[in-house]
Amino acid sequence: MTITAPVETYDFPSRVSSRFDFLRLKDFPLIPALILGCIALVAIFANFLAPHNPEIGSLTARFKPPFWQTGGSTKYLLGTDQLGRDVLSRLIFGARVSMVVGFTAVIFAGTVGTTLGIISGYLGGWVDQVIMRVTDTWLALPGLMFAIFLAAIVGPSMWNIVIILGLVYWTRYARVIRGEVLSLKEREFVRLAIVAGCSKWTIMYRHILPNVINSAIVIGTLMLGVVIITEASLSFLGVGVPPPQAAWGLMLSDGKQSLMVGRWWLSVLPGLCIMLMVLSANILGDWLRVKLDPQLRQL
Amino acid sequence: MKRYIGRRTAYCLLSLFLLSVTIFFFVRVTGDPATLLVEPGASEADIAAMHHQFGLDKPLWMQYGIFMKSLAHGDLGKSFYYRTPVMELYLSRLPNSLYLATVAMVFSLIIGIPSGVLASVRVGRFWDRAGKMFTLLGLSLPSFWVGLVLILIFSVYLGWLPSSGAGTPLHLIMPAFALGWYFAAAHMRLTRSSMLEVLGSEYVKLARLKGLPQVLVIAKHAFKNALIPVLTLAGINLVIMVNVATVVEVVFAWPGIGRLLYEGITFRDFPVVQGVVLMGGAMIVIVNLVVDILYAVIDPRIRLES
Repeated sequence: MTITAPVETYDFPSRVSSRFDFLRLKDFPLIPALILGCIALVAIFANFLAPHNPEIGSLTARFKPPFWQTGGSTKYLLGTDQLGRDVLSRLIFGARVSMVVGFTAVIFAGTVGTTLGIISGYLGGWVDQVIMRVTDTWLALPGLMFAIFLAAIVGPSMWNIVIILGLVYWTRYARVIRGEVLSLKEREFVRLAIVAGCSKWTIMYRHILPNVINSAIVIGTLMLGVVIITEASLSFLGVGVPPPQAAWGLMLSDGKQSLMVGRWWLSVLPGLCIMLMVLSANILGDWLRVKLDPQLRQL
Repeated sequence: MKRYIGRRTAYCLLSLFLLSVTIFFFVRVTGDPATLLVEPGASEADIAAMHHQFGLDKPLWMQYGIFMKSLAHGDLGKSFYYRTPVMELYLSRLPNSLYLATVAMVFSLIIGIPSGVLASVRVGRFWDRAGKMFTLLGLSLPSFWVGLVLILIFSVYLGWLPSSGAGTPLHLIMPAFALGWYFAAAHMRLTRSSMLEVLGSEYVKLARLKGLPQVLVIAKHAFKNALIPVLTLAGINLVIMVNVATVVEVVFAWPGIGRLLYEGITFRDFPVVQGVVLMGGAMIVIVNLVVDILYAVIDPRIRLES
């Protein structure tokens, strides 16, 4: 005699709704997203795309203009700089610096800021007081000035810049996340979790964190532009990414020297790249803010 | 009221204390400050002498005590490069920075307020969209790049304006534009949202019900009230402008405190860097306190809440 196990049947929904449903929406800013995607691809495959070595130039080919101007050649499509380095190759490798610094700094600041914001908001009491007073003080210092100060102490290097930007900008996350946690912790599901005997850390990690992650992503996207501009400013001032590495801010600072003789391509092109990237990140961030922020969605 | 002001002042003092600790801490902990002061490759004996001269061989809390004591006397230390007190240097550069920031502020308000009002009156229509594009551009263009492009156009190609230095009002036009550009976007956005809030209020509806012409409702009833938060932000931003103008001042060789900070970095003149940052932070903390108190004086709701 055979025993058949009872077969349970479920009614599966025809399509599982996913977190990425919003990508299908009509007003998705496609062009900015494509631009950011392209810059990311260029950054990843810089080695294959760059026609010349970005750090070694030939001194016989200094200050060549872009190919469409008289004196330019198709060998150096966007011209060369004061050391005869190919501008196009430096722009391509510069994308890598901006992408790496931008994303790691935003993630670093986001992790620190979100963690401290959740702890501050959920635990309350003296922990909250300490974290918020430090946040307030650090927010009082203008980001760029604080970053210049830290960079001047620790010295120029790409990874130092990432740490500095993280230290400067975590406060932006902590402030907002704490505010959200304050209202979340009064909600039913948190109370039930307490009754069920979850520890404080479990509640913060399993129940609070998933509810604030959207806001952290929105702040992160909007911070990306700020972080990239700050990195470029630091490099421009000589306390960011050290030469001869190719970074857009550094190229602008080199280009400034020969601006008065009309070598426009050395300053205009890196700036255009920064603008394209930051503008795309800001448009995308603005759209995400409207999509993910439930308060704005109701408007 | 007194209790409110007392509490705000206490917070402000606490912030100033934390600010000094933060700056002191970062300088001491991230490395030996003596190595920032001596030439690279200095001998052990030189570094030891440096330690003794600046009291770096004393325990940390004692060093902090000495640091705070001289701060209380308005002493920010002595510049290594200029060999003069940092405070003197700072005060000699401050007027230039204030001058630049004021002109940049006027400029940003002239652009920001009318475009914000226009956008709020025409919500969702062409001017609103154009304004939104403008704010996004304002927030996305690095001010030093705007500066470089301005130099390229107006100094190199057209030859209308001097590219660097100070002295005549002509020197001021480009740096003020480059600096004010970013803030114009922020002022426009706040004007727009503040106007929208006021336009939806009861007294504006009443003014409309009375049959007042649209121009009068917007200009007399709505605009005046919407201006309060914008002017508050402008006040705070003026102080922020003084402190974030570094890159613009470097591009245009404008002799303000931003350039002083830059010189401090290039000459490894550490007391100058520390002094400029400390003064900047203190200025902003204090302005925030002043704004809080003024708000409490003007608006009884705030002081009753506490």
